[in-house]
Amino acid sequence: MIRKVRQHINQNEPLVFERSSPGKRGYQLPKLDVRPVDPIEALGATNTRAEIEGFPEISEVEAIRHFTRLSTHNYAIDLGLYPLGSCTMKYNPRVNEQVARIEGLAWAHPYQPEVLSQGILEVMGTLERMLAEITGMDAVTLQPAAGAHGEFTGILLVRALLESRGNPRKKLLIPDSAHGTNPATATTAGYAVENIKSNDRGMVDVEALARSVSEDVAALMITNPNTLGVFEENITRIAEIMHAKGALVYMDGANMNALVGIARPGDFGVDVMHLNLHKTFSTPHGGGGPGSGPVAVKSHLEPFLPKPRLQKAGDRWTWNYERPQSIGRVRAYYGNVGMHIRALAYVMAHGGDGLRNATLDAVLNANYIRKLIEPYYDLPLNAPSMHECVFSDDRQAKRGVRTGDIAKRLIDYGFHPYTVSFPLIVHGALMIEPTETESKDELDLFVDALISIAKEVEEQPELVLKAPHLTRTSRVDEVTAARKPVVRWKPGAAAGKAAD
Amino acid sequence: MLASIGANSLEDLFSHLPSEVRLNRALKIAPGQSEYEIVDYFRARGEENANGYASFLGAGVYHHYRPVLVDTVVSRGEFLTSYTPYQAEISQGTLTTIFEFQTMICQLTGMEVANASMYDGSTAVPEAAMMAMRVTGRDRIVVARSVHPEYREVLLTYAQHQGMPVTECSFDRDRGTLDLEDLERKVDDQTAAIIIQSPNFFGIVEDARRAAEIAHRKGALLIFVFAEAVSLGLLEPARDADIVAGELQSFAISPGYGGPFAGIIATKEKFMRQMPGRIVGETKDSRGNRAFCLTLATREQHIRREKATSNICTNQALIALMATVFMTVYGKEGLRELAEQNLSKAHYLASKVPLRFSGPFFNEFVASTNGRTPDQVNVALLHKRVIGGLPLRRFYPELDNAMLLCATEMSRREKMDLVAEAFQG
Repeated sequence: MIRKVRQHINQNEPLVFERSSPGKRGYQLPKLDVRPVDPIEALGATNTRAEIEGFPEISEVEAIRHFTRLSTHNYAIDLGLYPLGSCTMKYNPRVNEQVARIEGLAWAHPYQPEVLSQGILEVMGTLERMLAEITGMDAVTLQPAAGAHGEFTGILLVRALLESRGNPRKKLLIPDSAHGTNPATATTAGYAVENIKSNDRGMVDVEALARSVSEDVAALMITNPNTLGVFEENITRIAEIMHAKGALVYMDGANMNALVGIARPGDFGVDVMHLNLHKTFSTPHGGGGPGSGPVAVKSHLEPFLPKPRLQKAGDRWTWNYERPQSIGRVRAYYGNVGMHIRALAYVMAHGGDGLRNATLDAVLNANYIRKLIEPYYDLPLNAPSMHECVFSDDRQAKRGVRTGDIAKRLIDYGFHPYTVSFPLIVHGALMIEPTETESKDELDLFVDALISIAKEVEEQPELVLKAPHLTRTSRVDEVTAARKPVVRWKPGAAAGKAAD
Repeated sequence: MLASIGANSLEDLFSHLPSEVRLNRALKIAPGQSEYEIVDYFRARGEENANGYASFLGAGVYHHYRPVLVDTVVSRGEFLTSYTPYQAEISQGTLTTIFEFQTMICQLTGMEVANASMYDGSTAVPEAAMMAMRVTGRDRIVVARSVHPEYREVLLTYAQHQGMPVTECSFDRDRGTLDLEDLERKVDDQTAAIIIQSPNFFGIVEDARRAAEIAHRKGALLIFVFAEAVSLGLLEPARDADIVAGELQSFAISPGYGGPFAGIIATKEKFMRQMPGRIVGETKDSRGNRAFCLTLATREQHIRREKATSNICTNQALIALMATVFMTVYGKEGLRELAEQNLSKAHYLASKVPLRFSGPFFNEFVASTNGRTPDQVNVALLHKRVIGGLPLRRFYPELDNAMLLCATEMSRREKMDLVAEAFQG
C-alpha cells in the first residue's frame, strides 16, 4: 500500500562536539612567507584569547562523514514532491549553481573598481530589466535580501512617497489571509495594522475595504493570488478604491508563480511589489535561505528606491549614489548577488514562452490535485484555484485527526507535507502547492497517499495520530523544546540527557 | 490531466481572470537557451570582471581561502533543496547543523545563546538595536563612527521609522579607536544601547570592556559588532557585551560582489525571548531519542504577526551551513593558526607603509598615502594587476589621503611588496 517508502538503514551521527578529540585537525595552511608576529605583542595580552573553548577538533574524513550522514536525515526536492503551499518548492537547476561559482563572479569584491565589475553589473542590470518586464513595473531594486526584507523596503517606499506629499499616514490594510510577515513588516516600518475580512469566496470583501479606506490609510498589502490560491478578481476595482483615497497598493509577490506570462501586477493597479527569487525564480531554498526579495515599482516610486541605483552611462554600468529622495540603504553592498545570477540563469533557460509554460503547468498541477482529492477532503471555498489549493481537515477532525496528523502520516508515504494550518482563515488548513516541477506520475503517487490516509482516518485513526512510523526520528516533542529551551550543546551534556 | 479536471485547454484554467488583467502578448524575453549557452554567457560576464588580480580590499568583505569540503557539503541536494525545517521528523540534518552552528557561534563570541542566522551583518545591527529597545524599554542608540559606514546607513534606514534617535560617537584621531570620553558624554538614561565594532572599520581593536562599563553604568546595553569573523580566532570575545551582531562572510563565503552572506545575533540567555529570527532547540522524539526542532516560535511573525520580534522569515541557512563546515574543518587549532597568519601578513604589509592610526590592529589598517592620492596609488597598482585599498574619503571626509588596506592568508609577500612600492611612487 505504501508505494513510495521502504525503510532503510542510515547511520546515527553524534554532534560534532561529541566526535572531537584534542589535537585532531582537518586543515592545512600554507607555510607563512613573512615573519610570524606574536599576538600578545601586537594586540596586547588582554585582547588575546587563550582558546576557543569547546570548538570542534576532527579530521577531514570525519568532517565529510559527519555532514554527509546528517544530510541523509533530510527530505528535499531532489528526493521528491515538496508541496509546501506559498513556498513554491520547484526544482533548483544545477547549472545555476555552477554559473554562480564562476571565479570572476563569485570572487568579485563589492568595492573593486566599477571598470573591473562590468560583467556582474551587466548580469544585475539584465535581471532588473527582465523582472520589470515580467511584473509590468517601471523599475526594480535587487538590494533586499529576502521576501520579508522586500516587504519592508516596499512599505518604506510607500511611506517616503506619502511623506513627500505631506503626510505619511498611519496604517496599512491587510487581508486576514495574509502571510504573517505582512503585519510584522507594517510594525517594523512604523505603521499600525487594520485587518480586512475575506468574503465567502476567499477574496477581499470590496465593500468592507471601501469602508475601511480613509485618509489615515497609507496602503493595502495584498497577496495575489492570495494564500488560498485564489486570484483576487476585483483587483482593478480594489486598486481604484485605494488610489481614489490617495493610498497605494502593495503586492506581496510570494505567489507570482501563478502569474508569470499570464498577468502583470503593473497592469492591474499595483504600485509596488516584491518578488521571491527563491520561489518563482528557482534559486535554492537551502534549508531556510538565502532568499532574495527584489522590489519592483511604478515610476512615481522610483526616486525613493534604496541607494545606490544601478544605471548605464553610455555603454558603462555605474552605481549612482546621488539619490536625494532615496529611503537609504536596506542592506550593505548591493543585495544577495549570487541569487541574482541564479535567477537570471533560470529566466534565460526558460525564455518568455518557457516562463509562461511553467505557469500553465503549475496551475494545471494544482487543479489536478484539487480535483482528485476533493471527494476525500473538505474544500472550504470553491473559487477557482491558481497554483495552489487549500483543503480543510473538517471531515477528518470528526475522527479526532487534524491537519498536522495527516501531514505527519504523509511523511510515511515518502512525501514532504503541505503547509499546515495556514492560511489562518481556514480552520485546519492543508495548503498544497505542487509547482510545475512535478510529473503526473509523482502527483498520482501523492494523490494516492492522501486518499489512502483519508481511508486510514476512517478505519484506524490511531495509525495517523501516531505517525510518522517509518522515519528514523519519530514524532518530535516540540512542547518540551519550547518549555525548557536547550539551544546549544554544552560539555558533559551526553546524548539524550540534555533535555531532561 | 486536462480531461480529468474537465478542462479543454490550459487556457481554460485562467478563464476566470478578468480580461483587463490578462497580458495579451508574449513576454519580451528571448527564447529559452541551452545549458551550454547559459554557461558560456556567464563565463563571458565573469571575464569582464577582475580576473587574476591580487586584492587588498577588506572593509567588511574578505578574501579567505574556501576549503573544498564547504561546497562539497552545501552542494548535497538534501541540504541545498530543502526548506525551513518545519517538519522536524524529516529535517534532522538541517536542524542538527543549525544546533551546531548556534553552539559554535556561542563558543566564538562568548555569548550564551545564538539564533539560526540573519541576512547579513548590516541588517543584524538594526535588529540588535530594536532588540535592545525591547529589553530596556528605551529608544536611543549611540553608535560609534568607527562602525562600518554601510552598517550605520542601514541602521538609520530602520531607525527613522522606529522612533529611534541615533547619535554618533567620534573616534580618537590618533589611535583610531572609539573616543571613550565622547561616548561618556553621549550616553544617558534614555540610551537603549551603545553599538561598537571590533576590529572596527579601520581594522583597530576596540576596548569593549570599557564601552560595556560605560553602557552598564547608565543601564544601557552594549551591542558588539564584528565584520571580520576570523579575528575571533585570536581576539578575546566581548564577554561583557549584551548582544553580539556579526557577519560571517570570512568563514568560507565567497565575496560574491557583496552577497549572499550570513549574519548572526547572539546574546545572554536572559534576553533570549527578545531575540529575532529562528532558533533550534534540543528535545526528544516519541521513542525517547535525541531530536531537534525549531523552537520559541511565539516570538516570530508567523505566530505573532504584528507583535513579532522581527519580520524576518527566510534567513541564510545554507550560508550558515557553509560557515559551520568551515568552523568544523579549521576547528580549534586551525582558526587560531589562520588568524595568526592574517595578523602576521597584515603586520608585514603595515611595516612597509605609513600608518594613519596607532591603535592595535588585526588584518586591516589605514595607511596614509602622503604626497599622493589613494587613487594615484591604486591606478599604479592596477597596472600590475593588483587591486589596492579602499580610499576612505568616500565614507570619512576627514580622512583624506588615507586608504584601508587588508592582508589575509591569501596575500602573497611579493604582491605586498608591490603595494609598498606603489606607496613610494
